[in-house]
Amino acid sequence: MSDPTTTIESFVSQDYKWGFVTEIEQDVAPPGLNEDTIRLISAKKSEPEWLLKWRLKAYRHWLTMKEPTWHNVHYPPIDYQAISYYAAPKKKALQSLDEVDPELLRTYEKLGIPLDEQKMLTGVAVDAVFDSVSVATTFKGKLAELGIIFCPFSEAAQEHPELVQKYLGSVVPYTDNFFATLNSAVFTDGSFCYIPKGVRCPMELSTYFRINAQSTGQFERTLIIAEPGSYVSYLEGCTAPMRDENQLHAAVVELIAHDDATIKYSTIQNWYPGDKDGKGGIYNFVTKRGKCLGRNSHISWTQVETGSAITWKYPSCMLIGDNSVGEFYSVALTNNRQQADTGTKMIHIGKNTRSTIVSKGISAGYGQNTYRGGVKILKSAAGARNYTQCDSLLMGDKCGAHTFPYIEVKNPTAHMEHEASTSKIGEDQIFYCNQRGITKEDAVNLIVNGFCKEVFRELPMEFAVEAQKLLSVSLEGSVG
Amino acid sequence: MLDIRNLHVKAGDHAILRGVNLTVKAGEVHSIMGPNGSGKSTLAQVLAGRETYEVTDGEVIYDGKNLLEMAPEERACAGVFMAFQYPVEIPGVASAQFLKAALNAVRRTRGQEELDAMEFLTLVKEKLKVLGVDEKLLHRSVNEGFSGGEKKRNEIFQMALLEPRLCIMDETDSGLDIDALRIVADGINRMRGPERAIILVTHYQRILGYVVPDHVHVLVEGRIVRSGGKELALELEEKGYGWIEREAKTATRAGA
Repeated sequence: MSDPTTTIESFVSQDYKWGFVTEIEQDVAPPGLNEDTIRLISAKKSEPEWLLKWRLKAYRHWLTMKEPTWHNVHYPPIDYQAISYYAAPKKKALQSLDEVDPELLRTYEKLGIPLDEQKMLTGVAVDAVFDSVSVATTFKGKLAELGIIFCPFSEAAQEHPELVQKYLGSVVPYTDNFFATLNSAVFTDGSFCYIPKGVRCPMELSTYFRINAQSTGQFERTLIIAEPGSYVSYLEGCTAPMRDENQLHAAVVELIAHDDATIKYSTIQNWYPGDKDGKGGIYNFVTKRGKCLGRNSHISWTQVETGSAITWKYPSCMLIGDNSVGEFYSVALTNNRQQADTGTKMIHIGKNTRSTIVSKGISAGYGQNTYRGGVKILKSAAGARNYTQCDSLLMGDKCGAHTFPYIEVKNPTAHMEHEASTSKIGEDQIFYCNQRGITKEDAVNLIVNGFCKEVFRELPMEFAVEAQKLLSVSLEGSVG
Repeated sequence: MLDIRNLHVKAGDHAILRGVNLTVKAGEVHSIMGPNGSGKSTLAQVLAGRETYEVTDGEVIYDGKNLLEMAPEERACAGVFMAFQYPVEIPGVASAQFLKAALNAVRRTRGQEELDAMEFLTLVKEKLKVLGVDEKLLHRSVNEGFSGGEKKRNEIFQMALLEPRLCIMDETDSGLDIDALRIVADGINRMRGPERAIILVTHYQRILGYVVPDHVHVLVEGRIVRSGGKELALELEEKGYGWIEREAKTATRAGA
């Protein structure tokens, strides 16, 4: 007789297809973190003086902070002095794509992201970030005609300092939390988007992050500002080579939506998850927050998290404007020894604010998946509503799913709904599919995709297909 | 079409089938009857490829191929269909998606072109109409929240859609009221044809009033102890299984 979980377990051997290393000459800062490191980064980026000061303030504050321990993820202590905080390909892109190192273009091509505008998916503009710098941004000219700014963060700091200074740290202050404060001190690159009043951004904006260099951390910073009545859909993707060491990724994303503006932010997170025994992989400690500042503003987070050894992130919304809407749709997959502690916070401040949370956790192998959610209805938020749905799917009998929903209601007119479920892919379900001609792998994919469909339908079309494929690859293995 | 020779099957340490022999030809309907625990469902499940059972001896030849060496999905694609006694619920997976995946898998094996979403919908709606099943089924998750009768009808519907060559009905009649039984029996009768064989595993004679079998076999303690025509079923209905079990025991003792 076969062990009832063996068939399912045979799916959970990982096959990470993005684990190659690009051989390229790099300018890497020596490991270690002190004020000089920060001055070096700031100088490399030719930053204005005020930004360096802001970084140093953050650093000094960080020295007084302790790494958090409240999360449900376990890892050996991180040595912050052993990390290199800056790595950049030596030949830097300047005016046009022609000047980008062909080795870099090949890297992105291999990742399925051709940076050549002719070959690109029409309707998607890409900013490609390689270690600490942005190497190329496509369709900049076309977007500029509409007044849209889409450029590397470091470029924005030089060319649009008034906007950066006004909004940087306005959603995630430099004192926010251990990892966000570290990021504020040492952030290198990321994307900056500005959508002017009344403009509907005609294409998806997308940033593709790649960690390549060894022993470096990636600390990117993304800032998106949507002026009144504007609309933007933004997508980020990320991968890293397979290395035996753990690498730290601590990003900060800030979104600001003014009156009647909408920001849709989608993530397909596919950092290297480590091997079967949990060796290597990215530590992903990310702070993402959006401010629905204006009336009727709308921020929607969608994330598909399949990578990283550790995922620690809670994309959140501060619903300040009356009638503003916050949404969080998430699929988090943990396989082998991966750990994820992820969820969201919805802070209702304005009147008639609404939020929706749909979280789908899939655990396989020895994976540990935690949903952590906070919904706060402040006294001022009359007529606020929240709907939370939190589902877990278990594959095999060695993984775990945990749920920590926190709800705090200070206004009696609030409507709160919370639904949760836990299910397991059963051997009998697989057999039933088999008996109808469907292979074991297709059966698992069918069930997993069925489980995730409420989230996938929030993704832009092309990426929904991508996400489905990614999930099936992450669960791929020989059929037992 | 199907030749079962001296089939021995264990579940754990427990011998369930102890030398089953059965030959089924295309166009025939066989009914396998027997008391609870006699191994009827085990036989159906082993034919479908359930891995929780271990075949210790014997062979099963289906269309000239060794059936026991084929994976469950290969058997399904080769035309072996089992209607489950307890159809499984698959929450979140829309029936339409499930049926399309199944139909296209079977079509690939038959060398037919796969159907796209539109072609599939046209075909499936036609089949639904013939069987009088509500189109809403397509949007519901596979078997989730279905009543017992709905589940059994869904099995018959899938069978009609996939057009298998060998249909194994595992106690499809159990737990049905008389109206549902009639609908299910109609569905099975519609499947009868010169190219297709049907094995009807059942505890009761009642469904045989609607689906008249060509052959009836009685399974007792893992062996077929008696075979006959449809009148055998009536005899069992009248006298119960007791006499045949006693006869079987005497025979075993005499043989030993």
